[in-house]
Amino acid sequence: MSVPATVDPAHRVPERPVRPRMVGRDDGLVLVGSAASGMSLVWVVYERLLPLSGPVGFWLLSYVAFLAIYRSVVRSTHGALAARDRVMAVVVTSGALGLAAPLTLIILFVFSKGIGALVKPAFFTQTLAKVGPLSPEDQGGAQHAIVGTLEQLGLTVAVSAPLGVATAVFLNEVGGRLARPVRTIVDAMSGVPSIVAGLFVYSLLIRTLGWSFSGFAASLALAMLMLPSVTRTTEEVLRLVPGGLRESALALGAPEWRATLQVVLPTVRAGVVTAVILGMARAVGETAPLIMTSFNSSVMNWNPFSGPQSSLPIYVYRLVGNSDPGQVRRAWAGALALIVLVLGLFTMARWVGGAPQRRERRRQRRQAPAPAPASAAAAPASTSAAAAPAPTVDLTRTDHPGGPQ
Amino acid sequence: MAATDFDVPVGLSGDDIPLSVAVNRSPADRRFRLAARASGASTLVVMGLVAVFLAKGAWPALRIAGARFFTRTEWNPDAANGSFGIAAIVWWTVMIALIALLLAVPLAVASALFINEYAPRRLRRALTALVDLLAAIPSLIYGLWGRAFAGDALAGVARWLSRNAGFVPMFDVRGDAYDSSTFVAGVIVALMVLPIATSVMREVFAQTPVAEKEGALALGATRWGMVRAVVLPFGRGGIIGGSMLALGRALGETIAIALIISPKYVVDARVLERGSNSVGALIALKFGEAGSTGLSALLALGLALFAITLVVNFAASFVVARSRSGAGVEA
Repeated sequence: MSVPATVDPAHRVPERPVRPRMVGRDDGLVLVGSAASGMSLVWVVYERLLPLSGPVGFWLLSYVAFLAIYRSVVRSTHGALAARDRVMAVVVTSGALGLAAPLTLIILFVFSKGIGALVKPAFFTQTLAKVGPLSPEDQGGAQHAIVGTLEQLGLTVAVSAPLGVATAVFLNEVGGRLARPVRTIVDAMSGVPSIVAGLFVYSLLIRTLGWSFSGFAASLALAMLMLPSVTRTTEEVLRLVPGGLRESALALGAPEWRATLQVVLPTVRAGVVTAVILGMARAVGETAPLIMTSFNSSVMNWNPFSGPQSSLPIYVYRLVGNSDPGQVRRAWAGALALIVLVLGLFTMARWVGGAPQRRERRRQRRQAPAPAPASAAAAPASTSAAAAPAPTVDLTRTDHPGGPQ
Repeated sequence: MAATDFDVPVGLSGDDIPLSVAVNRSPADRRFRLAARASGASTLVVMGLVAVFLAKGAWPALRIAGARFFTRTEWNPDAANGSFGIAAIVWWTVMIALIALLLAVPLAVASALFINEYAPRRLRRALTALVDLLAAIPSLIYGLWGRAFAGDALAGVARWLSRNAGFVPMFDVRGDAYDSSTFVAGVIVALMVLPIATSVMREVFAQTPVAEKEGALALGATRWGMVRAVVLPFGRGGIIGGSMLALGRALGETIAIALIISPKYVVDARVLERGSNSVGALIALKFGEAGSTGLSALLALGLALFAITLVVNFAASFVVARSRSGAGVEA
């Protein structure tokens, strides 16, 4: 970073590396031109000359024609090697677009379908108890489903969060011969289809033990789906806690449980909270296990421990197939509410997960006047739990593919 | 882990093991360890119970159907002398999953490469977040979208395919119904498994040694040349493992498929035609109307699904784990 004083300022090396431009000025024009000529060619040949037409074929063939034209243009100016490189860049980029486009489409579509019924106060204040085919639009709502979702989500977290964190503590802090099979099984558990979790809870609790359908049964099935993601994410952040922190606590005479609960876990608090919130975002929309655990209900059931209970996903699932257009509109409102809930939880998770980095950045900004080497040395040297360098890991990852490492 | 982070002093050979110290833990510590161990063991117990209770519930149906459970195509467990089997259901489940993979794997490879190698640094974080967000969108929403919006658009594609390429047995359609088909379900499931496949591949690609990438560029490779010569061979395990994880998800997908398809119980190759089937979706659709044998038969379906996904997922994590350690990158 800092330039040695002996260098003459006139010959100073630029501090930022020079990035060669990957894309020149006329490359954009070539791209646009190829696209335009590809589309025109296909329009003339496919829609006019040949006895074929249709939007799908048009766009598909246009894409192919665009690639071919683009390739030959770049080939004539830059050579074959560059042509292959550019064409593959376009292919890779359009692949990424294929990933991003559906999300936009889905959100816009559900928004346009659901917003009308969602903004009516009845959606939040009424149930479906008195709703018939002749009920007007501003009657009937999802209050019972919202209550059910909140209760079931709370119970799910109450079961899976402590268990998941304890399992992660076991895997990373306690260990032993059992750790390997547990890690393998936690991985396997993350791949269990949600409907299997529902069938299991149904077979064990409702069929064998004679419980009634209940919100709590649904929570147990959801907890089973949420547990592996909480465990693996917590384990990952625990692995980033510097060993010196544990050893200092133990060397100061702290018993193991205090070292873990009061030193190690607080440093990863943000990570654990993020893992739990993300788990909630995934659990809240699960529908399949609810069919056989909480069943469904069109009336309010405040008690999650007894009797069928509704929740937003099952409310939507049951209503959307209804022949009454009013009910279908209520279903779309429920779907939009669900998306808003998931997006909200997701944003919250990212925000909480980013908190340690934000704190760190603020701290660095405060110390900015100090010479750079000092502030760099300060971070690893601090030993107190609160000031320890925050473990940074992408907590919002989707998967836990790794086996035992 | 941290215990091995010291330099071995000169004069000690590699197989000198550190002195093991007898630890006398306090009762509180022993309770703490016991609690942690019990939570760990509880996952083992739960997974064991899943197998036991699914098998227990499935037993009556399996005894009625016998070995024909695997070969029959129809599904009438509650009829007087009901006959039922999973052949057609599993066939269509696999077809949906294969269509999904056929579309999702190339897109996932492209997306993972784009995020790691092509996107500007600032966009990279946003795209990673987007992939994770896509994974969090509920199956139900994908299903609704597929049923109400994408289904129509895809029916157009299917019509186009069957008119212009109907001589291929797979694209053949009798009649003029292109909705609720295996193809539509497969496309929607492809969108649903894209995020997991992308994020697995992205992570393995990201572990490509930078020196080798820079070496390729220094030798004059173009960006694509570098990707093909270094990143893709290095990430082959990630591509296979990510695809298999996606396969596991696709096989177990339930609600989205249940919202899209209308069940059919014949085995043929007509993927564009109306009607399809899937283990998960059939359980969801039939649960409400099943009698006692029917319930038991559904539990047998669940058991089969559990077994299939376990095998696929184990194989997938094996491949991913081996591709990582084999590359010798992760310490």
